[in-house]
Amino acid sequence: MEHNVLNSNKHEPTKVAPPRPTTSVLGWLKANLFSSWMNTILTIVFGTIVFVLVKNSIDWIFFKSDWYVIVANFKLLIVGQYPNEELWRVWICLILISVLMGLSSGIWKGTMGHLTSFMMGIYIIIICLPFIIFETRVWLLINIAVIVAAFLIGTKQSKFKIATLIGWGLMLPIVIVLLSGFGVFNHVGTNLWGGFLLTLLIAVVAIIFSFPLGVLLAIGRRSKLPIIRYISIGYIELIRGVPLITILFVAQLMLPLFLGDSIEIDNVVRAMVGFTLFTAAYLAENIRGGLQSIPRGQFEAAEALGLNATFKMTFIILPQALRAVIPAMVGLFIGIFKDTSLVAIVGLTDLLGIGKNIISNPAFLGTQMEVFLFVALVFLIFCNMMSYASRRLENSLGVGKR
Amino acid sequence: MKKNLVALLSFLLVFSLVLAGCSEEKAEETKSQLDVIMKRGKLIGGVNADIPGFGYLDSDGSYKGMDIDITKAIAAAVFGDANAVEYRPLSSEERFVAVQTGEVDVLARNTTYTTSRDASVGLAFAPVTFYDGQGMMVHKDSGIKSLKDLEGARISVESGTTTELNLADQMRKLGVSYEPVVFDSQDAAVAAYEEGSVDAYTTDRSGLVSRRSTLSNPDDHIILNDVLSKEPLAPSVKDGDTKWADIVTWTVYALIQAEEYGITQGNVDTFMDSDVPEIRRFLGVEGDLGEQLGLKNDFVVQIIKAVGNYGEVYDRHLGPDTVFDLDRGPNNLWTDGGLMYSPPFR
Repeated sequence: MEHNVLNSNKHEPTKVAPPRPTTSVLGWLKANLFSSWMNTILTIVFGTIVFVLVKNSIDWIFFKSDWYVIVANFKLLIVGQYPNEELWRVWICLILISVLMGLSSGIWKGTMGHLTSFMMGIYIIIICLPFIIFETRVWLLINIAVIVAAFLIGTKQSKFKIATLIGWGLMLPIVIVLLSGFGVFNHVGTNLWGGFLLTLLIAVVAIIFSFPLGVLLAIGRRSKLPIIRYISIGYIELIRGVPLITILFVAQLMLPLFLGDSIEIDNVVRAMVGFTLFTAAYLAENIRGGLQSIPRGQFEAAEALGLNATFKMTFIILPQALRAVIPAMVGLFIGIFKDTSLVAIVGLTDLLGIGKNIISNPAFLGTQMEVFLFVALVFLIFCNMMSYASRRLENSLGVGKR
Repeated sequence: MKKNLVALLSFLLVFSLVLAGCSEEKAEETKSQLDVIMKRGKLIGGVNADIPGFGYLDSDGSYKGMDIDITKAIAAAVFGDANAVEYRPLSSEERFVAVQTGEVDVLARNTTYTTSRDASVGLAFAPVTFYDGQGMMVHKDSGIKSLKDLEGARISVESGTTTELNLADQMRKLGVSYEPVVFDSQDAAVAAYEEGSVDAYTTDRSGLVSRRSTLSNPDDHIILNDVLSKEPLAPSVKDGDTKWADIVTWTVYALIQAEEYGITQGNVDTFMDSDVPEIRRFLGVEGDLGEQLGLKNDFVVQIIKAVGNYGEVYDRHLGPDTVFDLDRGPNNLWTDGGLMYSPPFR
């Protein structure tokens, strides 16, 4: 190469080629992987390990494994035993959520837009999977169309802002009514809810309901009134001192014992209550951390403005405190989302529980690796979506920058 | 400080009042579970949903398996409808409490019938529906023929089960020293055995057979003839409710008796005009055996129409047409040298 450049210099000294970057592939390798004999040995050893791992994984995923178990039980894994003839209700729920997501991404763009396009990506991938039945494809296409339509409406008309927020607020009750029936439709007992649907429901219910409870407990723990303070401290320390699985066992087994025969509480509801109570205690401690980070001056300034205790908290203190602890809260919520798999131990058929049941089917004996990998993949996708949303939220609120 | 003390005391007072309120009730509890079930309109069956052959979730979303069929038979006896069941999958930890608290009406979840469970756990057991026993699987080319050959061997076993204890008992009795390799889950224990890092794997024989069928080369493995323990699996109900326990008990007997008479799901109608007095009584054509139990007289017919006789239930889930192909052995009728025996229906 250099020889060439010199040659051309002799004849036509007009243009000189820019110097080649020193970071060629070989150069990079030499600088980073083989710079000394120690590094060379490390590179070779770990290179071999990585090669073997990757080769075996690929070998297993594409050739040895039998993914038919996922294909045959896809519906079970997603919605559990929910009756086929009532499945349209689940689809209606999804369409309602699609409407809201489309509208929100149209109005607010940014994070919502990214999440929505990610969801659409998942829909498209599912549509393209070869084993998906025609009906599912149609429903998913409707969903995508709805998202796009709502997005267009949202970008043009920002007056739907309030309506969208109210819609999100009403979403959970609507979903619950649609899923269970409540006299309007045929009743579908919670024992038939399962798979990813149940996982998602338990997590969402726990997150939504634990939030107000957690805020109250956090404020209560800093209260000057002793009874409120002691109750808050007692509650938080009691729950935090007990493993989640114990709380689930208590909710599943002890509660019926305490309540006697007269009151029967649904066992899915019991698990949801258990999760909510557990999450609230941890959330309270996170929020308390946020409250303590607010400088005294803010309290005094609020008081100087003549605000009473309620206004001081809602308008001055809490907004700042909550913003400061977003990363911690999202971390907690991701943890709770994954912890929902513990309900498999108390006999609920969440994503993991239903996976365990499926691999006991004599037709699919010995396919536990495939099923558990699929379960892990679903969790991975959704946890990453949550942490992505939280990072975007932190950036837009400027956490840690101000 | 004083203020705090007052607050604490008042809190304790309120708390104790709440507790006192809780302990008042529990006056009369003589009602049989049967009335509760009748009023509810369906049976709640505690089952296991992750044991191959005994209870699992089929791809169409329905529970299947031998224990599930037993539950269906009970529902058929009570309601004449095998689908009037709500299944509650239970883990081994929660199964007994679920029966005690009335969460489930009957526990058909491969539970071993033992003295302590009958006496102190507060269960009443129905007749045994499956005689299992702990067995041992070894690699065929290892040349191991009996437990005595396992001297110095590494044996994989699931932790925290009676299996682990039975193994220790048996080996101590035989004076064979071995190295137990304990795993958290069956899958891990089997995986270790298959890749050869342990010499043998032990669990219930029905489990061994189902596991062997999943190994890459089932013929390379043999199950030793030695049986390490008795594991009679039986359905159970809450203790102290004889009326309900009787129904479960005689449902199981009806399955066994039907096989003895040769009455199957397919031919039950042809037996309705049988002249044999025992069969007429059994099927409720004459007599009032069903009413004595608090059921309809034709409850046996309903059971057989729903799930067939014991042999049919067994063959459907564990028999030659399944991947298990499990020999009936002790689960044969007493007339065929097995242990399945029903007292007379009269």
